[in-house]
Amino acid sequence: MLTIATGNKAVAAAVKEVKPAVVAAYPITPQTEIVEQIAEYVTSGELDCRYIPVESEHSAMAACIGASVTGVRTFTATSSHGLMYMHEMVNWAAGARLPIVMANVNRALGPGWNVWAEHTDSLQERDTGWLQVYVSTVQEAYDATIMAFRIAEHQDVLLPVMINLDGFVLSHSMQRLETLHPGDFIPPMKLPHAIDTAHPAGYGTLTGPDEYFKFRWDIERSMRRSVGVIAGTERDFAERFGRSYGPAQEYRYEDADVVVIAMGTLGKEAEVAVDNLRKEGIRAGSLRIRWLRPFPELDLGGRDLVVIDRDYSFGFGGILAHSLKSKFRVDPYNVIAGLGGQEVTFDDIASFVRERKPGEERWFGVNGNV
Amino acid sequence: MYEIRIHSRGGQGGVTAARLLALAAFRDGKYATACPFYGAERRGAPVVSYVRIDDHPIRVYSQIRNPDLVVILDTSVMEVVDVFHGLKPDGKVVLNATREKEIAGHTTYAVDLTGIALSLNLVIAGSPILNTPVIGALAKMGIISMDSARNAIAEMFSDDRNVKAAEAAYKELVV
Repeated sequence: MLTIATGNKAVAAAVKEVKPAVVAAYPITPQTEIVEQIAEYVTSGELDCRYIPVESEHSAMAACIGASVTGVRTFTATSSHGLMYMHEMVNWAAGARLPIVMANVNRALGPGWNVWAEHTDSLQERDTGWLQVYVSTVQEAYDATIMAFRIAEHQDVLLPVMINLDGFVLSHSMQRLETLHPGDFIPPMKLPHAIDTAHPAGYGTLTGPDEYFKFRWDIERSMRRSVGVIAGTERDFAERFGRSYGPAQEYRYEDADVVVIAMGTLGKEAEVAVDNLRKEGIRAGSLRIRWLRPFPELDLGGRDLVVIDRDYSFGFGGILAHSLKSKFRVDPYNVIAGLGGQEVTFDDIASFVRERKPGEERWFGVNGNV
Repeated sequence: MYEIRIHSRGGQGGVTAARLLALAAFRDGKYATACPFYGAERRGAPVVSYVRIDDHPIRVYSQIRNPDLVVILDTSVMEVVDVFHGLKPDGKVVLNATREKEIAGHTTYAVDLTGIALSLNLVIAGSPILNTPVIGALAKMGIISMDSARNAIAEMFSDDRNVKAAEAAYKELVV
């Protein structure tokens, strides 16, 4: 069905189609609309699911873990401080190899108290063993949520997946949305280590120095295998439903001398900057990183790179720029922009390209460089 | 691309007006986005929301700097916010007012949205509902079709006084 919806409503609508057995969640701005809408689906009978309104995000993830280990599909959503409060259980979900799906509406961390878009919240969960995808449109939020369940539950993966969408800018923006019925695109969930009361076993018990590293390696092995699972899932999705995405989305990239790299909505706005720069005779392109974990293999050689980080690692630098630097031995111009919802227009992005100084870092809006 | 900026106060329905307008444009077969700018959310505070309408997919998320149209649901906002900032030279203005105001260089349309809401007793928590009548006014200006306006309102609100309010504004606005 073709309609118009906010990013939050799109996530909820996707969850309804995939039919989790348990949703446990705690509301937080700007995620609230997701869990409100799911609660409405459950109340109206459109979604047959146990909705657990927990007392905190830590409990939300704990409840998802408890449900998931019985072998049923689970979903939750959070944002910013909620994700921070959940952090211990976020690690546990991955370590316990549970294919939980979570939407995180990206929002800055306080203080100063701020409810607007920034990626530092989800980037602080980078090393937990979760797969992470960043979306840029309402349609992509919907499609990525549907695909997340299939990827997480694939027997070669069995790791949780986090879908990240920019707070307000995307969560509260209305755009065109085509909904779908996934049918057998989402097979029934099978958890090989599901609790079986006929065969009692211990879960996550004391694991000594001779064994622990093997579990860690097993996570990494699945993370590496997930690259192929994501590609296969996205290919099948494209064949069935006509929309394709990929680990990173290129725009006018092939012949570009300079490439803007960003995540989320800024990566989409960058396309407009690229079009305008091309009219000036600057051969620009853009690359929107979608999957942060597993991190994509990219061919970045021979071009100037302008990396926009809507995040920061204090005492180090922009997290995306430094990930690219260490992985691909490139030397980008790193612009720190959009923190706490700071307004960044396509004109601003075009000016980052014009002024680029490879190897340097600039904080947009701060007078004088570092 | 046609860009619209809606000024109102929290609780008056400016955000819903943007969503209704985007929905109606979408029903007309256009691409449309509605992006509210959320500040400190409280009743009575000045609020801005944005609508973009185009024949192509819209990739811009930043705030509208140079609107084609400014809609002012509460003229008292004009005292505290530069509502005409960046308005294109040939840009238009819609005012919720009983009579037109001279706004240098811009075609201005006045329609008494508050009066229409009150006459239909469309009031929630003491505030007259302005977001459904204003959609009728924008239909009269040709930004959306009246059919799509009716459909969009009916899709979002079950109370048929909302469609009546839009029809009243459609009739009242002189273009």
